[in-house]
Amino acid sequence: MHPAPSIILFTTLSGLGFGLLTFLGLGMPGATGFVAFVFFTIAYLLAVGGLLFSTFHLGHPERALKAFSQWRSSWLSREGICAVAALIVMAIYGIGRVFFAEHWGLIGIVGALLSLATVFTTSMIYAQLKTVPRWNMPLTSPLFMAFSITGGALLAGQITLAIPLLIISSGIQVAYWIMGDGRLAASGTNMETATGLGHIGKVKAFEPPHTGDNYLMRELIHVVGRKHASKLRMIALTLGFALPLIFLLLPFGHFFALIAVLCHIAGILTSRWLFFAQAEHVVGLYYGKR
Amino acid sequence: MTTLPKSTEKKLGLVIDLDTCVGCHACVVSCKGWNTENYGAPLSDQNPYGGDPSGTFLNRVHSYEVQPDDGAAQLIHFPKSCLHCEDAPCVTVCPTGASYKRVEDGIVLVNEQDCIGCGLCAWACPYGAREMDAAENVMKKCTLCVDRIYNENLPEEDRQPACVRTCPAGARHFGDLGDENSEVSQLVAERGGFDLMPELGTKPVNQYLPPRPKDTMEEFDILAPYLDPVAKDAGGFLGWLDKALDALPGGAK
Repeated sequence: MHPAPSIILFTTLSGLGFGLLTFLGLGMPGATGFVAFVFFTIAYLLAVGGLLFSTFHLGHPERALKAFSQWRSSWLSREGICAVAALIVMAIYGIGRVFFAEHWGLIGIVGALLSLATVFTTSMIYAQLKTVPRWNMPLTSPLFMAFSITGGALLAGQITLAIPLLIISSGIQVAYWIMGDGRLAASGTNMETATGLGHIGKVKAFEPPHTGDNYLMRELIHVVGRKHASKLRMIALTLGFALPLIFLLLPFGHFFALIAVLCHIAGILTSRWLFFAQAEHVVGLYYGKR
Repeated sequence: MTTLPKSTEKKLGLVIDLDTCVGCHACVVSCKGWNTENYGAPLSDQNPYGGDPSGTFLNRVHSYEVQPDDGAAQLIHFPKSCLHCEDAPCVTVCPTGASYKRVEDGIVLVNEQDCIGCGLCAWACPYGAREMDAAENVMKKCTLCVDRIYNENLPEEDRQPACVRTCPAGARHFGDLGDENSEVSQLVAERGGFDLMPELGTKPVNQYLPPRPKDTMEEFDILAPYLDPVAKDAGGFLGWLDKALDALPGGAK
């Protein structure tokens, strides 16, 4: 799949933002006044900023409001509704914390749950697609949720929680890669089932439909980035999990915490780039590619 | 509404005969022509006369080489367009309701006024049947020429999809695949029509007819056994050269 920068930034940043909102909604940290204002501002910049990046991916962003209508069948529509609901509920909760020094606990818990639900709906947009076997598996949602909660814990300064979360997330990441590598072969979809010509013999692409490329090839068949996949996986693990862990285990300081957060974000961006670049869409089989 | 109808009154679709298709791409050209001038946004081209031409097509013809275990390889031309699936994954993922499957005839269409151009339906389609138009930024797909098949302003023989009407080989057939007695259904039953990627559970309406088995040539010359090669071992200069080259390092033993 084409690793579009707008979608990579969107899923990474709003994942972090909704992760932070989850912790804020649960009162971790329970700061009020100006400190709470700073936390909520960071969370909203990430969550809303990410959502804005996602609109760059749209052909007609001016019609985006229509995307709230099909929640009965569409995970993308559900994501939009969850995101707006989470942002509204958490805004009400944030006003209490910032201006009235009040913890409206129930509103915070509802906001936290909606924030988590938003990340889940994002993950299901990918996990539902049978056409991309590497995404269509049970670990896709845990991967998105774990990254969001871990990043949220780091941003919220929950060091004691962040340390085990970093370890768990890196484990899910490694398992996702190992399972994902065998998914296309295990799916049973190949050039023979794609063309239905397997009963005659081995199928090979002889000539593509056109001499040039097309939308399908640009969007769904991305093979360039796979060359360095194993190196990029090591970079993602090092930046995303190992380095933040080391910085957190050093004597606590805001400087080290900031470096840990920045390293983590860079690592998650690398992982998310691989999430797209390595994903094989079955339509590639019609072009003799994968 | 992007939930799928439980059933449709008709299942209009195509039957494509891979035995007959000669790979002339006439269906591609007629499809592009009709659908650029009629329903919805035109099918644009980018840089059509330059070094990197690209464009939107609703129908593309691939060519495959199939190598049997024994016997000669076969070249099979393979036209591919929207299969108007009964369980169309492209419809249910649409966040705006722009994509829908019609109850009356099962045709899958896009309401271009509602399309936000997110591209998720193209991701959900295993067949590459949907393409985002780079000029209009809306999703384009085969309409089964919905503006021809019911069009009473056209002569009756033209009330079928442009690709079917134009095919010079008669490799494309249009009809109701939900009706067991229709000509297309009987053709599918007779020739063993099949689904593409059946394991994905999309239940395509369009069916493909397999290439017929190739003839095998019988031995017809009663003198053939007497026509074995006369000289099995080369003698003379060529025989010496053969042995000398074999004796060199790396030669056949």
